[in-house]
Order: sequence, then structure tokens, then C-alpha cells
Amino acid sequence: MADCCRDFTRSQLLHHAAAEAGRGLPKIEPGMPTPAGTGLSRRSFIARSAGMALAVYGASRLGFGALDEGVAAAAAGGPQRVLVSIFLPGGCDGMTVLAPVGDPRYATLRPTLKIDPSLGTPFTEDARLRWSPSAAGLSTLHGEGKVTAFPAIGYDHPDQSHFTSRHFWEVGAVDTSARFGWMGRFLDATGADDNPLQGLSLNGDLSPALAAARVPVAAVEKPEDFTFWIPGVGDPVQEPTLAAFGALGHLPTGDPVLAGARRVAAEVDGVRRALQPFGDGDGNPTYKAPVTYPDNDLARKLTGLAAMLAAGLPLRCVAMDAVGGYDTHSNQASDLPGDLQATCDAVLAFQRDLEARGIADRVLTTVWSEFGRRPEENGSGTDHGAAGTAFVIGSKARGQMVGEFPGLAQLDDDDNLRATSDFRGLYCSVLEQWFQTDAASVIPGASSFSRPALLKS
Amino acid sequence: MPSLLPARNRKRATDHATVLGKSLHRKHKAHKKRKKHKKRRPHHSHGHAQPPRHTQPPAQPPKPPPHPTGGSLPPAPDLNHLRAERLLWRAGFGPRPGDVDRVVSAGLDATVRSLTNPSGAANLVGPAPTDEDGNALAPADAWGHDHLWWLDRMVRSDQQLVERMTLIWHDWFATSNEKVDSQQRMLDQNALLRSHALGSFQDLLVALTQDPAMLTWLDGIENDKDDPNENYAREVMELFTLGADRGAYTEQDVRELARALTGWRATWTDGAGLQNFRYDDRRHDHGQKTVFGHTGDFDWRDAVRLCLENPFHASFFVTKLWSYFVPTPPDTATQAALQRLYLDSGYGIGPVVEAILKHPDLYSDRALVKPPVVYNAGLLRATGQGVATSAWAWLGSQAGQQLFYPPNVSGWDDSTWLDTSTWRGRSQIVTYGLRKTYVDPWDDQHPYSSTEDPTTAVADALRYLGNPSLSRELRDGLLAFAGSCLPTAMKSWQDAPYRAMRQNALRHLILTSSDWQAC
Repeated sequence: MADCCRDFTRSQLLHHAAAEAGRGLPKIEPGMPTPAGTGLSRRSFIARSAGMALAVYGASRLGFGALDEGVAAAAAGGPQRVLVSIFLPGGCDGMTVLAPVGDPRYATLRPTLKIDPSLGTPFTEDARLRWSPSAAGLSTLHGEGKVTAFPAIGYDHPDQSHFTSRHFWEVGAVDTSARFGWMGRFLDATGADDNPLQGLSLNGDLSPALAAARVPVAAVEKPEDFTFWIPGVGDPVQEPTLAAFGALGHLPTGDPVLAGARRVAAEVDGVRRALQPFGDGDGNPTYKAPVTYPDNDLARKLTGLAAMLAAGLPLRCVAMDAVGGYDTHSNQASDLPGDLQATCDAVLAFQRDLEARGIADRVLTTVWSEFGRRPEENGSGTDHGAAGTAFVIGSKARGQMVGEFPGLAQLDDDDNLRATSDFRGLYCSVLEQWFQTDAASVIPGASSFSRPALLKS
Repeated sequence: MPSLLPARNRKRATDHATVLGKSLHRKHKAHKKRKKHKKRRPHHSHGHAQPPRHTQPPAQPPKPPPHPTGGSLPPAPDLNHLRAERLLWRAGFGPRPGDVDRVVSAGLDATVRSLTNPSGAANLVGPAPTDEDGNALAPADAWGHDHLWWLDRMVRSDQQLVERMTLIWHDWFATSNEKVDSQQRMLDQNALLRSHALGSFQDLLVALTQDPAMLTWLDGIENDKDDPNENYAREVMELFTLGADRGAYTEQDVRELARALTGWRATWTDGAGLQNFRYDDRRHDHGQKTVFGHTGDFDWRDAVRLCLENPFHASFFVTKLWSYFVPTPPDTATQAALQRLYLDSGYGIGPVVEAILKHPDLYSDRALVKPPVVYNAGLLRATGQGVATSAWAWLGSQAGQQLFYPPNVSGWDDSTWLDTSTWRGRSQIVTYGLRKTYVDPWDDQHPYSSTEDPTTAVADALRYLGNPSLSRELRDGLLAFAGSCLPTAMKSWQDAPYRAMRQNALRHLILTSSDWQAC
């Protein structure tokens, strides 16, 4: 777990520098066509995507899967509500995000990590709590009634392993053997067989919460960058070659591992076609945000996401990681604020972007972590704890706290914060109130969780 | 391994390997029978017929039919070749040209024995690695060169299993330079992992517990008697020796073990960073601790011992190690035999690995997706290339595996290597792997064949890549592509260049295919 923002930033920068330098692919091989899709309007791109398969492979005995047609068909159904999930990896210290400065034990438990009570902003729903200066982005949106806060969310018998607790949150159940993500199961129940963009991870790999048993889902780092270069292949062989990724991906097999690899190849082909309009073929975006974003990874992902949503791509569940790492066993005072602020600033800019584009009413964002950290600091950091903070953000969010801050006077048997809300109740409410889906088909034991009101009525 | 075990135990270890080896033999017969059936289907005969590339004058040949036929694919590999190919991918980084035949003629057992009993230092065969400008690597200093340096060893080492085990330990004890912030310290840890690769797990764990990279990564140097830090205590049990959610330890054990591990420290100097990692008894908690029900004034060596002596350890070790080689967990009898082998050999890694590599399940169970760095090294080995560009570092990251930067302390998730994003990263690896050796469609001096038929084109692409085994439907799919990717009517000047493009496309399609992604 990265817990040092200085190191993180430095190596990220180096990494990016190298990646940018490495992107210098020759633009045109002999015979290579101008990259397809450049400057296409949304309508022509859908028509083109849907038509291309037939044009290239319509008569071939390989046949061709309909993934890109599925994307077009799903888009044609009109805009749908979208859930965006932002994960703070490592166990974010909720007592930094919403600091209990008014709790009598706070200064004792956090002698070096306590925040200066003259900084930050008051949390208007509970006089004991104060937004960290680093969480100013959330504080601003909360002031506008667009943030539903969960000041102490978790579950009974909290597990203090990163991997176990994160798994519970990802699968939507306190069950170590569950294999598919809660958003993946939602898509399995309501999604399409032929639209991988319905579950989209903007990390470099698939978010486990999106893992689906039945329907395709996708991972894309940047929509403008999903291009392929095949050395020594140009027009007219290039397009059939790229289409062959999909065609070979659709070959039947009884081997589950080969089947999995082929499914991904087929999804690659569908995603490539759907994203063609977002890049110039050289990895540069063809879209522009109407607002200014901060300069960080999460902000770049959210910029592309807002553009995809505005273009009408049929996204339903989108997952990504926040900036940095939150496993602050050491050097918390120097490491946490930077990552937290970068994340909250990006979330604020995203909301402003959606508002400027007029699509804020159909996007709901959740911000969560696998657990909070122990109230008593360990010298320079904090060890794994139990209840933490989560937020539901959007123009439609109700803006009224769910559960309460339980106070530091009475901790649990491991000296950790007690949960006053359950993450599975949050999921049930998202499914029922936002997606109008029966939570019982997605969340095991759904009937046993109370449903907080998440949305404005 | 320079064995630290008493001779008596070594002998017993060998016996167990033999027992497991015997059952291997029996099961394989059944396997063979099944396969035989398949081979009766009409199949392609040996073909030497296709014309050598680049030798046909382009001059003015008579216009060929657009898709002539008549070539033939190389025969599908037999069972011995398939097993040899799998062993080379699971215990190393894939075959170089000719390796599969060499393993078939030496036999699997002999090959496994030579893999698990390397002598002396490894030889690195072939030219030394460079960046794209021909400069030597600077693994301790330049960004990405740590990745390149190790990738080169994977490609060139003649002790393939030692490198593969080092990769497994890097994943098992996943430490990231993201926090350690010193490539030199990561390389030092890498050397430590390599030196214990097939040795004693106890020695390995003792060495890692005092390793500066690990002490930084899991906050061992922040753990002192006044403010115990639980990071290493938790992960050494959860991820390294015992496993979570099995009842092996409690939250109280985490806290008590953290106290036992107190005392390590380092000195921060501006400019030089952390230096002088050392154990300082004054920072150690000398009180009584109770761990797994045992009470005493335990220190860090006791902590390691207590974890290894915990009754849940051997099963954890065997199951986890097995999972790197075989996707389905071992049956109860195998599990028990491997645990016995491990404990009787005094925490010996080599004997357990040898038994797994000889076990029939390794050869009969389903395929495993190759980790990205294995895929990359294997591509270079198959095409006879060395490391000569720094692109492999960021390409590894795009494919989901940048060495020395595992995503977190639990390492890479082997069950989710492939998604649309990392698949694209693998395709980029193929792009960089082929970009120096592709057939130039527009080379007037050496024009490509203007008559090559689809079957010959596929055969030629397969041969270029060392004739890897591919499933029948994939071979048919490649033939269908080769038969349909060219325009139905071509002008004579297009015949050769477009066929060259088809050849390049076929190589790329083979290397990105499901069948080459997994073995």
C-alpha cells in the first residue's frame, strides 16, 4: 500500500513521463489508413460501428459477434441512470475526513494527528464534527445539499484484513466465498448480453465490484487511448485484423480458461469500436471538458467519463480508485491530506462538469473505503480500524446524514469505532431508489437491512 | 539448494517425490488414451511444400487466383510435446526454439530434476540487455530499468525455475517500490528472494523479516514498544504464513505478535533517506506476550518460529505454492503428502516444488493464463530476442504487471489477469515484440511472395513462432481469416504487399490469441 504521497507523486510522475515518451508510435505505417473514427459525430459513429461488422465479416464463415451492435442498441434506448463508485484503497481514516473535534476524547486519542479546529469547515449536521481542510470539495457540495454522509459505516463483527473487508464491500455480502461483485450481479440481473460498457472500470484493470457472472463488462484507462497498432499491417488488411480479435474471441471452446480469454478478446473489439470517436488515433482526446479539473489521475478519469456520458454511451456502473493510498500506518499527517484533497477536488470538478453538461440528474457517485482506522493513533499513523466514512454524491442525493457519529467514549472490543449504518443497506437503497431494482435479487439477505433514504423526494 | 537439512530428511524428501512421480505415470496413460482418439480425425500431413520467403522474384508472375490452396499446416503437437510445453511455461518463461524437442527427448522427470537442482550461479545466455539507444541498463537508478533488468534474467537465465520461483516469492511477499522508494533496496530484496528460491522457507522468512525493503514496506521500523505498529504482524500471518479466516489467529494475536516484532529501526538522513537499518533492543518490548496460546518474552525470531510452528502453516504453504502451478486445489491425499514432505524436509521449498512439477495434475488440469511478465519474456524467448528497449517497463504496467510494483501486499491477482485494458496491454507487448522483425510489405529488394495461399501463410506464421500448440478451432479460425482478409480482386502490385501484411497480421493474431495467452 502506498502511504506516502511524496513518493507516490514522484514515481507517478516518472511513470507518466515514461509512458508519454513511449507513446511515440509511428503514426502511419506504409499503407496504413487514417485512424478511423476521427471527428465522427455521435450518430455516425453508432451507424458506423453497427455497420462495420457486416461490411467486414458479414459473409465470412467466422461470423461476427454483435458486441458493438449491442453497444449501439443499448445507447439507442436513451439515457439511463448511472452509478459511479470511487474507492479509497487501504482503509481511509474517517476521523480525518470528518474530524470529531468536539468529542472530549479526540485530543487524547489523536495527540499528534488531531486537526487544528480553526481549519476546515463545520459539518452542519453534527456540531461535534468538522470537515478536514483536505475535504473542502465534499464540504462545498454538502453545503449545496448534494452529499449524503455516512459518518460511521461498516458491518457487525468487522474484519480488519484489507483484503477480506474490501472483498465484503465488493461482493456486497459478509461472505468470503462470494465470487462476483455486487454491481456485477446487478448487471447480471438487469444488463445486456452484448454491451460491455454497462460495467466500466476506469482503473488499469477490472474492479472486482464489477465482476459479473453472465454479462460482459470492460476496463479502459482512458477512452481516447483504446487503439491498436499492428506493425507491418495497413489498409486494407488492418480493419479485418482488428475485427479478427473479435471473431477469434467468439470461437467456441469447452476450456473455461480459453473461454475467458476469448470473451475478453471479443469485448476488446466491441469497446474499441465504441470508443473510436473519443480519440484521434494517437491517444489524444477529441473531447474537452467545460470546466477546469485539478491535475491528477482521478480527475483525468472523471473528465473522460463525463464526456462518455454526455455522448450517450450506455454506461450503468462505473468504478475507479481514488488518488493515492490510504493505508496510513505511518507518516499519516504528511501523507494523507494530499491524496484526500486531490480526490475531493476531482469529485467536486466532476459534479460541476455534469452540471455544465446538463446530465447531473442521472449520475450518482459513491465514495467508500474498506474500513476506517483505529481511533487511537500509533505514534505517526493509525492501524486498521472498523467503521469508516462513505458518501453518496449528486444533484439527486438527499443530502441528509445516515446514521450518526457514535462518539469515542464507547468503542468496540478492539477499541475501534462502532458502525451506525451498514454498507449493505446503502447498496439496497442504491438498487431500489436509484436503479428501481429489487435488491433481494442482488444482495443476499437484503430484507434484513434497513434502507436509508438516499435521494431527494 | 545448499541443503540445511539433515541427510536423513533429504532422503525422505526424495522418496516422496518418487511416490508422487509414480502416480503421475499411471494417470498419464489414461490421458494419452483419450487424446489418441482425437488424432484419428483427418489431419494435415507434414508439409515442407511452401516456398521459402523472399526468394520468389516479383517480376511478372501470371496472376494467381486470389486465394490459392495447396499448402499444409504443421502437424498438431503430440501429448509429449504438449506436456513439455506446459512444463516450460509453468516452471519457467516458455520455450526457446527447440526447447520443447529437447525436453521430450530428455524426458519430463529428468527435466524436472535438472530444474529443481540447479548448480552454481546461473548463466545468462545471449547479448546483455540495453535500452533503445544501446546503453547498458541502470537498474538501481533509472525508472523502469529494474523491470528491464529482471525481465532480461527471465529471458536469458539457464536456471529458469530459480527465476520463476523468485517471481513467485515477489508475489508472495509482495513489496512495492511505491513506498520503499529505493530501487537498490528492491534489488537487494530480489537477490535475497533468488538466493532462497528453492531453499528453506524458514531461512527465507527470517531473512525477509530483517530485510530493509520489507522493514520499510510494512512499517517494521515504525514498530516500537511505546507505539506498536501492527502492519507486519498482521500480514506475516494473513498473507505469508497462515491465511485469513481459517481460525489460525485472532485479533489479539495480531497485537501480541506486533509487540514481539518491536525493536527494528532505521535512521532518516536528508538526502540519503532511510539508512542504517538495525535491531535496537531498547525499542523492543520485553514484556510477556501470548501468541497462539504460548506465553513468553518473545522477540522477532520467536515471532517467525511461532508462525511456522502454528498448525495451520504447512497447509497454507502447500495450498498457496500449489496454486502458482496448478489451478485446481490438490486432492486430500496429495495435500497431505506435500505437507509431510514440507515438514519432514524442514520447511524445504525445493522438494515440494519438485513434487508439484512431477504431479499429473499439472499436466492434466486446465490451462493457466500466463502472468504478463511471463508472457512478455516468453515472447522474447520464442522469437530469439533480448531486452533492447525500455518500453517493456511501461508495457508491463499496461498489461497489469510492473515488476517491483505489485498492486498491494497481497500481490497480483492471478485470477484476473485478463480484461479489456490489460488485453490491450498484451497486444501492445506483441506490437513491440514484432516491430523489429515484421515483414516489410513495401521492400522492393525483398518482396514477399505474391502467390502464398492462406494455409501456407498460417503455417509460415506458426513456424516463425516455433510452432506453438493451438486448438483446432483456433487454427481453423486463423485459416478463415487468412482466406478472407485480402480483397477478392487485387491489382498485381498489391499481391505481394498485401500478403506480407497478412503474414504480419497472422503473427500478431497468434500471439494475442487465447491459446497463446494461456498454457
